[in-house]
Amino acid sequence: MTPDPSLSLDVETLRKDFPLLARTVHGRPLVYLDSASSSLQPRQVLAAMEQYYETCHANVHRGVYTTAEEATARYEGARVSVGRFIGAGDPEREIVFVKNATEALNLVANSWGKANLRPGDAVLLTEMEHHANLVPWLMLAEQNGVELRYLTVGGDGRLDLSDLDRKLDGVKIVGISAMSNVLGTIPPLREIADAAHAAGALVVADGAQAVPHLPVDVQGLGVDFLAFSAHKMLGPTGIGALWARAELLDSMPPFLGGGGMILDVRLDRFVPAEPPHRFEAGTPPIAEAVGFAAAVDYMETLGMPQVRSHEVELTDYAVDALAERLGDDCTLFGPPAAPDRGGVLSLGFRDVHAHDLAQVLDQYGVCVRPGHHCAKPLMRVLGVTATARASIGPYNDEGDIDTLIEGLVEAGRLFS
Amino acid sequence: MTDLEDLYREIILDHYRSPRNRGELESPPAHRVEGFNPLCGDEVVVTMLVEDGSVTDIKFAGTGCSISQSSASLMSSAVKGKPLPEVRELIRTFKSMMSIHEASLPAAGDGADGADGWDGDGSDGNGEHGSDGEGLSDVRKLGELAALQGVVKFPVRIKCATLSWNALAQGLDELGAN
Repeated sequence: MTPDPSLSLDVETLRKDFPLLARTVHGRPLVYLDSASSSLQPRQVLAAMEQYYETCHANVHRGVYTTAEEATARYEGARVSVGRFIGAGDPEREIVFVKNATEALNLVANSWGKANLRPGDAVLLTEMEHHANLVPWLMLAEQNGVELRYLTVGGDGRLDLSDLDRKLDGVKIVGISAMSNVLGTIPPLREIADAAHAAGALVVADGAQAVPHLPVDVQGLGVDFLAFSAHKMLGPTGIGALWARAELLDSMPPFLGGGGMILDVRLDRFVPAEPPHRFEAGTPPIAEAVGFAAAVDYMETLGMPQVRSHEVELTDYAVDALAERLGDDCTLFGPPAAPDRGGVLSLGFRDVHAHDLAQVLDQYGVCVRPGHHCAKPLMRVLGVTATARASIGPYNDEGDIDTLIEGLVEAGRLFS
Repeated sequence: MTDLEDLYREIILDHYRSPRNRGELESPPAHRVEGFNPLCGDEVVVTMLVEDGSVTDIKFAGTGCSISQSSASLMSSAVKGKPLPEVRELIRTFKSMMSIHEASLPAAGDGADGADGWDGDGSDGNGEHGSDGEGLSDVRKLGELAALQGVVKFPVRIKCATLSWNALAQGLDELGAN
């Protein structure tokens, strides 16, 4: 595939925005290949948070003094920025700030789920879900007898959709990852959402991996809920978002109770606030919201089509280089290439354990994640207990992949 | 020696490539214990036969990294045929070595220096090296097991090294074997 020059990303220049890339580990430059776990932050994000604390920090929605008004404006402004980034129709009402994608998914299971699911109702999930989109539903199933069903994953790392319509019978909600954090699989979300809606079910998408790496437009995706985390998309830890259509949020009871989420409280009852504040109990992560907005501004400046195009090119390069230089020694899980895979490379190298691979790679300054990636059911499907996962961000380049392969060769030598 | 060579010493790699006592004893009569490392999904199965106050036979099975596999292999070799008080003492000494404060280890010495720098009670992080005669003799008692000393410099890997030892200790507790 010939790259479209209008979609190119000036990686050499943007790398200078990331202070951590200047670090050395064991005398070698840091090669950060763990963005699926958490991304790095550009100095623009760090500066926005510092500027907020230095010039206008106050609690939001409370004070009438100038800095409190400014802090509230920054926080609510961040909501609009984040909502626009994913194409929300009414960002002021449709974006709920939460701790992370995990909390967003727990919110859906606990609020929408408890209000709408009865014993015998079914929830359709997939075998490739992260624990964050499994355990809240397993907890709900334990509590009220909801039936859980699963779409299976085939040998090519893609979902088996051949019996989708049959599995949707009696389903009230479908929970599905928009990009697998283990395989990089990008399922046909629109097709699945259309089928789900035809069967009378809603769709909650785990966008923790997709939103940072693909152009995402919730209108086009056709889903009803979308959960994502700031720290995987160049923003700070401690904040994420749940997007849902305004009328859905309007119909949902609160999840966490406390200050800020009420209209009135008496000793025997309370009246919840309107969304999104209904779902934001307690002092929210204000500086983090400011950082989140700075992160989406930064990504919009890069351009999401450009980010995706760069990551597709680099993933193709990695897939080819691993095959050419390591041959059968290296097993790569997941779909073979774009368009339905992202830059997540879960790999095995001979019979060397993922922990040992990651330990040797660390000596080369290479950061990869060994383990089950919070997807133990998928590990069982793949027939492994752990993989070493290298995952790509906008700041990675071919040199990073070359260093990864250099480290793998050394691991092979050490353990042969 | 680099930190990596200190972690993956030749004895460890040897036990990883050619594990001793690998497999499962028939249970019963052997006692069977499973251990899990939730961090990496590693699993170990230790089967042990305790007769007349001794661990007369022991095997381990399961999947795991080189550290957990070699530690299980070294453990089985060290305790097989040993009387229970000696086995208990080995477990105590080994786990104490694994809980040692990193600051009391020399940065990257050879094996002998590492032993000298080891502080017996493991709780003392004030950086005194080689002054504790009891600690020194404890490590020498460990023999080949002292090769796993380098693991302490890699805190995430300590759980890999102690996985099979915890399973052994749990099994002996369940058997009331002291």
